Amino acid sequence: MKTNIQKDFPILKRKINGKPLVYLDNASTSQKPMAVLSALEKFYATSNANIHRGIHTLSEVATAQYEEVRKKVAKFIGAKNEEEIIFTKNCTEAINCVSFSWAKSHIAKGDEIIVSALEHHANLVPWQELAKEKEAILKIIPITSDYLLDLNAYEKLLSKKTKLVCITAQSNVTGTIVPVKKITAMAHAIGAKVLVDGAQIVGHSKVSVRDIDCDFFAFSAHKMLGPTGVGVLYVKEKIMNEMTPYMYGGDMVLNVQDQTATYRTGPWKFEAGTPNIADVIAYGTAIDYLNKIGLAAIAAHDHKLLAYAKKVFSKYSAVKLFSPTNVGDTASVLSFTIDGVHPHDIATIFNEEGVAIRSGLHCAEPLIGRLGVSATARLSFYLYNTTKDIDVAEKALKKVLKIFKVK
Amino acid sequence: MDIYSETILDHYQNPHHAGSVSNPTIKVSEDNPLCGDKISLELAIKNGVVTDVGFVGTGCAISQASMSLLADELIGKKISVLKKLKPAKIYELLHVPISPGRVKCALLGLSTLQKGLKSI
Repeated sequence: MKTNIQKDFPILKRKINGKPLVYLDNASTSQKPMAVLSALEKFYATSNANIHRGIHTLSEVATAQYEEVRKKVAKFIGAKNEEEIIFTKNCTEAINCVSFSWAKSHIAKGDEIIVSALEHHANLVPWQELAKEKEAILKIIPITSDYLLDLNAYEKLLSKKTKLVCITAQSNVTGTIVPVKKITAMAHAIGAKVLVDGAQIVGHSKVSVRDIDCDFFAFSAHKMLGPTGVGVLYVKEKIMNEMTPYMYGGDMVLNVQDQTATYRTGPWKFEAGTPNIADVIAYGTAIDYLNKIGLAAIAAHDHKLLAYAKKVFSKYSAVKLFSPTNVGDTASVLSFTIDGVHPHDIATIFNEEGVAIRSGLHCAEPLIGRLGVSATARLSFYLYNTTKDIDVAEKALKKVLKIFKVK
Repeated sequence: MDIYSETILDHYQNPHHAGSVSNPTIKVSEDNPLCGDKISLELAIKNGVVTDVGFVGTGCAISQASMSLLADELIGKKISVLKKLKPAKIYELLHVPISPGRVKCALLGLSTLQKGLKSI
């Protein structure tokens, strides 16, 4: 991989508590390269205008830049074309869009929705609510003792009643990579639709929605070097035509009379009001940056760091890792606990050493419960991290053990 | 100053008034759903004065040490006085800097106590 990537990320020059920042909270959000920050500034300084409505030069330029990113996203995830790409404010809104615009009119009393035990709240709570409203049944695919999805159990849950399978491509707690292509094929065989939550995987390894063959695919820009405030929902073209808008207003309409209105088709039907123009445009720059480095190189780097971190942290008997045995089944995320020390205290001491990690429930409370703990601490990696960062994390770990007198 | 002072660690690893009391007047539990910290507190009260206190809890060093330090203060105190207890008193007992992210941990013991006192 390209060397000296760190210099592209101005925040990495920062010190925290007098120590150089070691940012290991990438599963929460990634840092942004200078190119993305410059793209934001450049847009506001040279092209700022509202899109899709002006005939003046600035509006045309802003519209072209915004729509160009839709094409870029489509290509990046292997969609057929840009008409399958809806911009939302985040991954959560993208998942809710599927619930409000598709599931509400396609799921009825007694139907079944399947989710997995690995889901983030974003891909669980919307389905709990929908199931309640429709008197549908929510079923949960369990995990094995090695933190992998139990595919045998999944096969048994599938039935003619199954209408929708909502599945993460990668857990934000255990790092488990889920075989979404296989899961999709099994669901399609009985006529169910599939929504994949790709928040943790897009930008970390090559994704092709056409290869997975899923019907919906949701993710967010901010976890892949882009700004906050941009999410993406991919929808297969023929399914998008069956969907109704979940927000109404300007920009998504064709004609409006006193009592009625007609709507645009394609993704534009779902983007009511002024969208997050500047951040979408800067997100395009993030995609360019990732493409330049190469997704294969990033994935290999992620795996190398994870394997190294597992090796280093497993030296300590008081440390428990929540990670599949085979490094190939996981990537970029490593959750752990230390006997006798609460994860919040671990994170506080890591922070004293300049190391930013996440601690707590990771917006996946049922999964944390299944792991048999009240919370975990979590390291998560990205392209600008190095094995040296993990060495600093080990130093922080030793400090935790010393302060809490853990053997 | 270091947040993990000897006092904090000692109260966390060997909490004072751990366990239950006989014939409690108040039994109350409170948790911090964001991080999973939990405290169950029992108080024995006679003539408006705390005569015994016990608690069990799980959570970070700050939340548990804070409850332990507070428990030391309760016996012999009037309920009317305890009802007016302010967060400043907790910070004084902890005697270490509490960052905004740890305020809820630090004050879990106090909010458990206040919840219990409201019930009588």
